[in-house]
Amino acid sequence: MAAKMSKGKRAGSNLKFNGWRRENGRVGVRNHVVILPLDDLSNAACEAVANNIKGTLALPHAYGRLQFGADLDLHFRTLIGTGSNPNVAAAVVIGIEDGWTKRVVDGIAATGKPVAGFGIEGHGDIATVAKASYKAKDYLQWASERPREECGIADLWVSTKCGESDTTTGLASCPTVGNMYDKLIPRGIHGCFGETSEITGAEHIAKSRAVNAKVGDKWMRVFQAYQDEVIEAHKVDDLSDSQPTKGNIAGGLSTIEEKALGNLEKIGRKCKFIEVLEPAESPKAGPGLYYMDTSSAAAECVTLMAAAGYAVHTFPTGQGNVIGNPIVPVIKISGNPRTVRTMGEHIDLDVSGILRRELTLDAAGDALIDMVVRTANGRLTAAEALGHREFVMTKLYRSA
Amino acid sequence: MPAPHFLVHSPRDNVGVIVVEGLKAGTKMLGVVTETDETRELRARHDIPIGHKVAIKPLKKGDTVIKYGEDIGKMVADAGAGEHVHVHNLKTKRW
Repeated sequence: MAAKMSKGKRAGSNLKFNGWRRENGRVGVRNHVVILPLDDLSNAACEAVANNIKGTLALPHAYGRLQFGADLDLHFRTLIGTGSNPNVAAAVVIGIEDGWTKRVVDGIAATGKPVAGFGIEGHGDIATVAKASYKAKDYLQWASERPREECGIADLWVSTKCGESDTTTGLASCPTVGNMYDKLIPRGIHGCFGETSEITGAEHIAKSRAVNAKVGDKWMRVFQAYQDEVIEAHKVDDLSDSQPTKGNIAGGLSTIEEKALGNLEKIGRKCKFIEVLEPAESPKAGPGLYYMDTSSAAAECVTLMAAAGYAVHTFPTGQGNVIGNPIVPVIKISGNPRTVRTMGEHIDLDVSGILRRELTLDAAGDALIDMVVRTANGRLTAAEALGHREFVMTKLYRSA
Repeated sequence: MPAPHFLVHSPRDNVGVIVVEGLKAGTKMLGVVTETDETRELRARHDIPIGHKVAIKPLKKGDTVIKYGEDIGKMVADAGAGEHVHVHNLKTKRW
């Protein structure tokens, strides 16, 4: 074993990357000009603008009409957060009418970045697309001349969520992310994990990883609310067809507890989470690890973390979840040798050597830090190269 | 040391995870406890797919299954050491 065991190459003490420092001081690792629909009705116009102006990115989604209360708040928080993400250089917002469109524009404008809004009513799609296209072209050419600058690792916000988990995620890819957090959180990055449903069975351990009793109690309230308001209110059976999923079961996971314990390996051995965030809420307590109350569905969760301002996502997978995100690079890590062999085009970092005892966790964590920095410097992830742009709004309940 | 056939998270666990593809019944397996690097040997009693669990001690119906040193559910049928442990004989206690 000694001959093949790669030594952990200690992640350098002055880790740096080249990113775009935005008007509000946040640093992005991508330089997108997004064409953001307020609502489902505006997807067509946004896609037309993105088709006119090559290099801009439309973000179509399914909602935005007749929502109310907390569900509407989350809708706005997600859209404004997406436009405000430092991976976005500038944004064009199109909505069916001016009022709510302006609310999104004003929210994004608070970051200081260029943003403009267009309402369709009274003009029609064609005139709206024309006006929005001129603005999108200006933004794109402006953004294309923004220089990258050298930034310290503490400027990086890195989130995590795993998917299509199996027992290898608990053995290899999730603890690799945990090792990365154990090394980078002390260096001042912002981290984030979530997946309230998938901590079922390990909630006592999650609670013990809160920085203090107040945060631990808040976490427990969020967890219990999920159990009461979602699971107990809507379950029709014992959930054994959903948690674990069919893919999880094929991969060897038998119970939600087993899945949850593997999931929590993502937060490492040492870090404590310092605050509990609402879905898509931007962290405000400074550097450290945060918990976000999210669904465990991959695209919903990554979309919410991106809306909170996270710029790079680390995604352990066992059986091979193929998810990406339009504005945030999603780095796939797998420890399952069969997945690496059969669908290797989706995997950015192969840590299956951990199962063969050829690769230490320490070395795997360093390899992930290296991949995070390369990705921040511009390396396209597998999901980006393959065109995965899953942008999925979380809906809390039926619209009015 | 050759690559192990199965890994065990914690010395308290009573199941391990098969980490090689195509494991056949009868194979004399090498296992490693990742927390302690301690090795152990066990003969496989079933063909077990990669990622699936193997009982590393005899388990009786009603026994608590321990992995990561934690309770992951209960046996609903017996399994001898070296036998496959999965949804056919292991269930959550929760739902």
